Amino acid sequence: MVDVSELQTIEHDVLVIGAGGAGLRAAIESSGRGKNTGLVCKSLLGKAHTVMAEGGMAAALGFTDERDNWKVHFRDTMRGGKFLNQWRMAELHAKEAPERVRELEDWGAVFDRTKTGLIHQRNFGGHRYPRLAHTGDRTGLELIRTLQDAGVHRGINVHMECTVLDLLKDGDRVIGALGYWRETGRFVLFKAKSVVLASGGVGKAWRVTSNSWEYTGDGLAMAYLAGAELMDCEFTQFHPTGMVWPPSVRGTLVTEGVRGDGGILKNKEGKRFMFGYIPERFAPETADSEEEANRWLKGDKSARRPPELLTRDVVARAITREVKEGRGSEHGGVYLDIASRLPAEDIKRKLPSMYHQFKELAEVDITKEPMEVGPTLHYHMGGIKVDHDTQMTTVPGLFAAGECAAGLHGANRLGGNSLSDLIVFGKRAGEYASEYADNNDAGKVNDEQVQACIRRATGFLNRESGENPFVLQENLQAIMNEHVGIVRTGEELTQGLEKLAEWSKQIDTAKAHSTAQYNAGWHTALDLRNLHISSEAITRGALMREESRGAHTRVDFEGEREEWGKYNIFVWRGNDGEMKIEKRERPEPDKLLKEIGYSNIEDLESGKVGANAE
Amino acid sequence: MAQRTFKVWRGDANGGEFKEYTVETQPGMVVLDGLHRIQAEHASDLAVRWNCKAGKCGSCSMEINGKPKLGCMARLNTFEPGETITVQPLKAFPIIRDLVTDVSWNFEQNKRIAPLKTKPRDADGNHRMMQEDVDRVQEFRKCIECFLCQDVCHVLRDHKKHDQFVGPRFMIRLAQLDMHPLDTEDRIPAARKELGTGWCNITRCCTEVCPEHIQITDNAIIPMKERVVDRFYDPIAWFIGKVFGSKKS
Ligand SMILES: Cc1cc2nc3c(=O)[nH]c(=O)nc-3n(C[C@H](O)[C@H](O)[C@H](O)COP(=O)(O)OP(=O)(O)OC[C@H]3O[C@@H](n4cnc5c(N)ncnc54)[C@H](O)[C@@H]3O)c2cc1C
Ligand code: SF4
Ligand code: SF4
Ligand code: FES
Repeated sequence: MVDVSELQTIEHDVLVIGAGGAGLRAAIESSGRGKNTGLVCKSLLGKAHTVMAEGGMAAALGFTDERDNWKVHFRDTMRGGKFLNQWRMAELHAKEAPERVRELEDWGAVFDRTKTGLIHQRNFGGHRYPRLAHTGDRTGLELIRTLQDAGVHRGINVHMECTVLDLLKDGDRVIGALGYWRETGRFVLFKAKSVVLASGGVGKAWRVTSNSWEYTGDGLAMAYLAGAELMDCEFTQFHPTGMVWPPSVRGTLVTEGVRGDGGILKNKEGKRFMFGYIPERFAPETADSEEEANRWLKGDKSARRPPELLTRDVVARAITREVKEGRGSEHGGVYLDIASRLPAEDIKRKLPSMYHQFKELAEVDITKEPMEVGPTLHYHMGGIKVDHDTQMTTVPGLFAAGECAAGLHGANRLGGNSLSDLIVFGKRAGEYASEYADNNDAGKVNDEQVQACIRRATGFLNRESGENPFVLQENLQAIMNEHVGIVRTGEELTQGLEKLAEWSKQIDTAKAHSTAQYNAGWHTALDLRNLHISSEAITRGALMREESRGAHTRVDFEGEREEWGKYNIFVWRGNDGEMKIEKRERPEPDKLLKEIGYSNIEDLESGKVGANAE
Repeated sequence: MAQRTFKVWRGDANGGEFKEYTVETQPGMVVLDGLHRIQAEHASDLAVRWNCKAGKCGSCSMEINGKPKLGCMARLNTFEPGETITVQPLKAFPIIRDLVTDVSWNFEQNKRIAPLKTKPRDADGNHRMMQEDVDRVQEFRKCIECFLCQDVCHVLRDHKKHDQFVGPRFMIRLAQLDMHPLDTEDRIPAARKELGTGWCNITRCCTEVCPEHIQITDNAIIPMKERVVDRFYDPIAWFIGKVFGSKKS
């Protein structure tokens, strides 16, 4: 038995778990408020998922098109989320994103510029106006490096290559976490007055994904086990354009910026098929001919947007359909063509990392040939339920921000709304976690909880023989790919749940070889529990929601059902240890917000609606 | 199915040896894929860093057939068929285990460089910078912190001047701050003394290995060296430059 008093113990006022955009921004905020702040991450600093973001960060600065403002951004976000978003979060996000972006500039971020020297903004799916502040197609790198460099000089204690295994509680409250150093395999106890989860998503539950090994739903599972509620888990975003060939890069992202800059989708017959998939709700704002779409691209303000820039759920389903009906490309995708749309030099300048990525990984020159693309699991709209304003979860002392939190994006996220989410709500989480730390003492660690956690972890190493953790992970990915994909049926989901239950029995038979020192097999074994809890929550939510809305498509329940628009689905751990699930009625939104959200664009712009909204 | 044999360095700070593994290959595979196959089939405890698998995060730095490279961008079909691929950790940093080295020294260097001291915003609350004035800075900001340049620089790799020279990666960090149109800090004395601009003798090895194709030597280090020289010959010229803005030329 481990003597808990002999464990390495590190104390902070605020502990932030995750060093992507959300975690870094939270840590900057809390240390700026004088709190001793610890920041933990699985990888090296600066390597979190945020670094991979390409296209940009949405904020209604109105620099590239002066008609933009927070109300239009808010409306776009609600429409994109099929009105299942938390209204107040969408409001705060649209209002605060511009100032958060300016602040990044104060800290040294260098976005691409307009002719007058302001931040240039790019078009993206679902955004009415060019709205994405960007740096070429490596905006995530710009964001994370800016925050990292700002953080370095603000006295944040960074604990790199340290993985948190479980949150620790004192009564109802979260008071710390237990983790291990990847380098040595030694355990470390963090004590904190408040904890912020900023651990990202759960893409590694699928085989075809744009996500890295870090995305195993740790935050969701740890919060769930600590008693927090999860919500909207059924909404998993498949990005329409992942690479499909060669096999080793299947799933790797092709930024929406390609379409934002004029790229078009074609099937093998050379047809620009998106014109056939325009949903009714978007028809009044979408071009209905190639001629109009081309005029829009040239900047004609009276023309409507090309259908390639419809929301991701729509485009991903259209591609799936084209492929299923035999009109796909050689390797089971469709063609994304920028070569015939822009001069080679412009492509290289605007999309340098895409050019590089295809050239080096697929031997395709995108200035000459089309890319082959298809849907890839990309983002989790669902996650930990948080308070709109403070980001506190349903467990006192535990906060969550970024992709692991739910609420802003509803049933579907607009591209670019994640990076802005990170800085808006990362800041808020840091702010309110600091406030919580001001009003609460460090709690008392429960030794038994720590010991149980260590026993579980060392079990994988001490076992004589057992399953290969990599193989177990691949088996889970196969289940999710097959049963909880882009189009779902009740029958497949039910089978999926059964398979997940069966699969989960093997978790505790996984065997990691050799020592605990930087042992990839052991790390993979430790993540399996988290993948399982998250996958189960996603599958149960998907089974319960008997309609098709946003990223969640049920072929046995086609179309949005008005009735279901009234509910969010919540998941939590019952006292018996089983997963509980319930749909709950959504609170009535603020009247003015509701008016803006549902208004038609002319009324909003003429001031007939929302004129007195601040 | 084609096969490929890898010779992978296995061991820790106390020493180690090369071990051979053979795995099946698929079209388009890169060295990192090969290592993942080895983990899944032969050695689940093989230590290797990676995240994005698309050359964007700079985690998977290693030496492949003796050359510092990103494992995720090194395609197998760029090697001769049948050629054994040798993979070992970066040489300039202490070994932790297998292909993983202790790169924490790099993160410490960043702390030694004074951060951006930003000009106030314009009256309307915005900053203004022209694209042509930030092109150069943006080039440097493409850096993914793979530290391949640090690995190959002989000042660090062979002469171990880690306490006197921050290395090419942080030379571009320095240059990027110094050329930033909104910056008002003076880093030139530090560049000469603590950061060690003088150690670089312009061999350009760093530029050659940079996966982001940043012109480290020509665009960052040489201009910084020039700024240092200008200052210490002619402090007045610097003062005028700073006040009247010719610094950003
Ligand atoms: C290829 C790609 C392109 C994208 N492009 C865009 C875009 O253009 N615009 C946009 O808005 N969004 C984009 N997104 C989405 C966006 O990048 C992510 O949703 C966002 O970066 C998530 O940020 P985060 O701070 O929540 O988490 P992340 O950046 O993922 O960071 C998670 C952190 O948590 C840590 N962590 C996780 N579990 C643990 C644990 N158990 N213990 C300790 N630490 C832990 C990780 O190590 C990591 O540091 C893109 C995503 C991908 C994959
Ligand atoms: S050019 Fe200078 S910094 Fe680059 S490798 Fe040579 S000595 Fe090192
Ligand atoms: S400058 Fe180039 S080689 Fe050096 S760390 Fe940055 S990306 Fe890597
Ligand atoms: S894994 Fe990110 S650069 Fe290779």
